[in-house]
Amino acid sequence: MEEKEKNINPDEQQEYVINMGPQHPSTHGVLRLVVSLKGEIVKNIEPHIGYIHRGIEKMCESITYPQIIHLTDRMDYLSAHINNEAVCLNVEKALEIDIPDRIKVIRTIMSELTRIQSHQLWWASFGMDLGGLTCFFYGLRDREKILDIFEETCGGRMLVSYNCPGGVMYDIHPNFQKRVKDFIKYFRKILPEYDQLLSGNVIFHERSKGIGKLSLEDAISYGITGPTGRGSGFSCDVRKHEPYSAYDRITFKEILHTEGDTYCRYITRIDEMWESMNIIEQLIDNIPEGPFAVKMKPIIKLPEGEYYQRVETARGELGVYIISDGNKNPYRVKFRSPNFVNLSVFNHITKGFKIADLVAIGGSLDLVIPDIDR
Amino acid sequence: MKKEDFGDNESLDLLKESGSNVLLTTIDDVINWGRKNSLWPLTFATSCCGIEMMAAGAPRHDFARFGMEVYRASPRQADVIVVAGTIVNKMAPVLKRLYDQMAEPKYVIAMGSCAISGGPFFLNSYCVVKGVEHVIPVDVYVPGCPPRPEALLYGMLQLQRMIEAQTMKSRKARNSSHDSK
Repeated sequence: MEEKEKNINPDEQQEYVINMGPQHPSTHGVLRLVVSLKGEIVKNIEPHIGYIHRGIEKMCESITYPQIIHLTDRMDYLSAHINNEAVCLNVEKALEIDIPDRIKVIRTIMSELTRIQSHQLWWASFGMDLGGLTCFFYGLRDREKILDIFEETCGGRMLVSYNCPGGVMYDIHPNFQKRVKDFIKYFRKILPEYDQLLSGNVIFHERSKGIGKLSLEDAISYGITGPTGRGSGFSCDVRKHEPYSAYDRITFKEILHTEGDTYCRYITRIDEMWESMNIIEQLIDNIPEGPFAVKMKPIIKLPEGEYYQRVETARGELGVYIISDGNKNPYRVKFRSPNFVNLSVFNHITKGFKIADLVAIGGSLDLVIPDIDR
Repeated sequence: MKKEDFGDNESLDLLKESGSNVLLTTIDDVINWGRKNSLWPLTFATSCCGIEMMAAGAPRHDFARFGMEVYRASPRQADVIVVAGTIVNKMAPVLKRLYDQMAEPKYVIAMGSCAISGGPFFLNSYCVVKGVEHVIPVDVYVPGCPPRPEALLYGMLQLQRMIEAQTMKSRKARNSSHDSK
C-alpha cells in the first residue's frame, strides 16, 4: 500500500478519457466521441458511429426507385429536398429523359430555399452551442417562414418528398412566387441582424478565430466538401463545377474563404445565405410555363449499368451511386454522404485545442448524424 | 385545453371519484397540479423528429406557455423523455439506461412513427427497434413522420391530462406493471 502511494506523483499530469455522447446536447444527435484529455487539452478524439444506423442502403435494394426518394429524406433531414433531387436526377440520367425547364427552375428554387433553412437552423444551434440562446430563437423564427412556403406547395413541412422521377409531385401553389418574394424581402433585412448579434461579437471572435484550423491541403486530401471545405479555400461547389438543374443558366459566385478556422466556416455559411437569395431572385420571376412532371412509366426500370450523380447539399457533396441489373429494384445503392467524410477530419483539427473548443469546432462542421450512419 | 375538448371525460371523472377519501384526493390534486405544470423534457433526439421538437420550443409554437420549456441535458433533472426519432439496436440499451437514470415520476412520449412502430423502417430494415415500447413503457404516442410541432404540443397536453387524473393508487399500480415488463 505504501509503495503504491509513492509511485503517484501529484504534479505529473495524466491523460484521461471521457465519453461524450451518445446522448449529449452539443453533438447534435447520437454521435459518441471518446475524448482523451490531458488537463483541458484534447489529445485525441475517437468518434463512434452507428447509433442511428438504419440500413438505408440495404433497404434500397428491396424497394423501387420512387420509394427510395422517401428514404433519402430521412438521411440528411435538413437538406431533404436536395437529397431527393440527387436520386431523381440519377434516375432521369439513366433513362435519358429530357426534363422541361419549368421543373428545373422549380427544383432549383426549392433547393436554395432548403439551403437557407438548413443554414438558419445551423446558425441557431451553433449560437446555442457557444452559449448564445438568442440565436436559437432568431434562427428558428425565420426558418418557420420557409417551412410555411414548403407546406403550402409540397404539403410537408420538413421532409417534403416533393421530387419524383420525371418532375415534381404537384404544381407550385399560386401564392408561391409572392410568398418567396416576401420572404426574401424580409430576410434581406433580418440577415444583417444575425451579423450584429453574432458575427461581430467580441466573445464569439475569441472563441472562433484561429480555432480548429483546416489547411487547404488537408481539406483536399480528406475530401472535405461543402461550406467546411470552402472555408479552407477548397473550390468544391458542385453547382459551379458540374451544374445540374438550372444552375447553368444563372450567375452566382462560389463563396471561398481561405483562413480555414471556425470563424471562416461560419462566415462562409452566412455568405451562402446571401448568395442563395441572389439565386432565387434571378429565377423566381421567370419560371417558364409547361408541365410540372414528365409522364413516366408506372414501373420504372433502369437499364443495366452503373450510374452516378452528385449534387451540392447544404453540407457538401452528396453522391448517389446506383448499380442496376435491369429490374425495378436497384442491385446496389451507395450514398457518398458529405457528413461522413467531414466527420473524418474532426480529430485532425481538434487536437491540441481546449475541450470547450471541441464544441465550437463540432458545431462549425455542421454534422447531421443520420446522414453519417444512414 | 378546455374540459369539453377532451374526448374521454367520463373516465377522467370516474378515476377521480373512485375509491379515495377527501384528504387523499385533495393531496393528489395538489401534487398533480404541481407535476403537470412543470414537465421538463430531456434533450433526447436521434433524428428528424428532434428538429420538430426544437421547433416546438421555438418562438412560433412556444412550449414555454405550458411550463415545459426547460430542456434538461441530464436525465436526473428531467421528468419526461420525448423519444424523438428512430431507435436502433445499438441505441436501445442507451435509451433504457437513460430511462432508468430518470427520477420518479417519469413519463415517456413516443414521437413519430419510428418511435411508435419503426415507421418507414418497419419492413426490410435489419437493425431498427420496431417500436420503442419494446424497450421502455410509453405513456403518449404522437403519430406523424415527423409530427408537426402542434401535434407534439397536443401530445404533451394529453400527458398533462393523464397526470391530472392520477391518484396515489393508480400511480402505484402503474409502476408495478412497468416493473414486471
